[in-house]
Amino acid sequence: MDLLTFARGMGLKAAIAIFCLGVTWRIVAFALLKIRRDFAAPRESILKYLSGGLITTMARSWPHREFIGRTGPGEALGYSYHLGLFAVVLLFTPHILLLGSLFGFTWPGLPSSIITIISVLTLTLFLAVLFRRVTNPVMRMLSNFDDYFSWFITMLVMVTGLAATAHVGGPYETLLAIHILAVDALLIWFPFGKLMHAFYIFPSRAINGALLGRKGATS
Amino acid sequence: MADQLQQSRRPSVIYLSFQECTGCFESFTRSFAPTMENLIFNVVSLDYDDTLMAAAGDAAESALDKAMHDNFGKYVLVIDGSVPTGAGGAYCTAGGKSAVETLREAAKGAAVIVCVGTCSAFGGIPFADPNPTDAWPITAIIGDKPIVNVSGCPPIPEVITGTLMQYVTTGRLPDLDQHRRPKAYFGNTIHDRCYRRPFYDEGKFAKSFDDEGARNGWCLYELGCKGPTTYNACATLKWNGGTSFPIESGHGCIGCSEPGFWDKGNLYAPVSSAEWGKAAESSPVDALKLAGGAATLGAVVGVASAGAGRLRQHRSEHPEDNEHPPRSEP
Repeated sequence: MDLLTFARGMGLKAAIAIFCLGVTWRIVAFALLKIRRDFAAPRESILKYLSGGLITTMARSWPHREFIGRTGPGEALGYSYHLGLFAVVLLFTPHILLLGSLFGFTWPGLPSSIITIISVLTLTLFLAVLFRRVTNPVMRMLSNFDDYFSWFITMLVMVTGLAATAHVGGPYETLLAIHILAVDALLIWFPFGKLMHAFYIFPSRAINGALLGRKGATS
Repeated sequence: MADQLQQSRRPSVIYLSFQECTGCFESFTRSFAPTMENLIFNVVSLDYDDTLMAAAGDAAESALDKAMHDNFGKYVLVIDGSVPTGAGGAYCTAGGKSAVETLREAAKGAAVIVCVGTCSAFGGIPFADPNPTDAWPITAIIGDKPIVNVSGCPPIPEVITGTLMQYVTTGRLPDLDQHRRPKAYFGNTIHDRCYRRPFYDEGKFAKSFDDEGARNGWCLYELGCKGPTTYNACATLKWNGGTSFPIESGHGCIGCSEPGFWDKGNLYAPVSSAEWGKAAESSPVDALKLAGGAATLGAVVGVASAGAGRLRQHRSEHPEDNEHPPRSEP
């Protein structure tokens, strides 16, 4: 068995199994966590505080007007590289075909040249994100191994993908195998690190908003 | 080169066929430059080839013995077919000798061994799972001779003759890649040199064989073309005197010049697609089964984890529950 066959066969199979197991484990464990009972009477009707959860989810996804000067650039950076990642992952034809082989349906992709441009821009934004993390004293203090490793493994996937597309650094099949192995590693790491924010971010905002809404606070 | 060819004594070539389909030899006979006739009448002395020679039986075998004896240490040994070692080599015998015996005997006096075709180079289809004859490529059996692999199922005719010509004229082996293939022919992927490549870059892909996209020359990647991972000269030298090559005829490359090509999954699945096992067994249903099973297990672990968390929480909130009741005095 060569490296590419392993990467897109057994390796990918194991990575997907661990990803699904880990994600379900963490979501179920999170959903069944005991929330401390609030003995105070709710200030608002149940509909109102549930809608508060929805409003908070949306409001926290956009910079607050008062702090836009301070938080706006960071949020713009975050949105940009996330959009870049989505475009590269979901609109590059070989990726669509991989996902199609898993889910059974495909969709139109973008030309490779456009994906390459988006990849290079996203890579640059990734470096900017790291620069911001290490130069901003507060962010540096808040960061731990998880943040840097999650950044590294995502970056590894991007770099190896670009190298495979551009045929730089070795034979295509080796580069492709390394790229898929990097994806396998990312899938394995995903449930156990901060990449899980993809699943947690909106529910946690909604729960916070709903709990605050129950107390009569609005976002 | 022409002078060199005229002056030199024609080197002896012994062509042995083992576990193969004769497609490689058929390909060899269709070389345009040089033609096989020109090669065997003017350049080399083809002293043994059981497909082409008029002699048969003992006469043929004695021709082989004589060629090996007279040209010991100097002849070029060309081999097509893999070597079956199962059942004591009984799957492939000629003249009362098994393929592996003949190979070992012939290899002793060879100056160089040229493996023609994927079967002799990498084992090919006989070597594919489950390999019922316990077949092996030549490199797995002969380790002390210079070996050049001219892979392909079959190889391009001009790659066979070109490799032989280079050795005969220069006396040196060509530069080889990591699979011992001449870099001059196997240095680039078919994808890199394919005339459909610009359509890959533009994101234009044929969705089915002979659809409008396929007829317009769009890339066959989605139809399973293995051009991106296959090193060969099909897109440049082409076949039948440069007429066309499989991709030009509308079928994707099947990667036949690569080691283990038959066991690398579905020939019609894109290179980037997931490969779960045997070609016919791969389907989204397998992926969903795997994901569903793993998610179910994850849910069980999640419930257990949440239960343990709640217990810890309860104990920290109610430390009195942790204290053991005092023992009553007897």
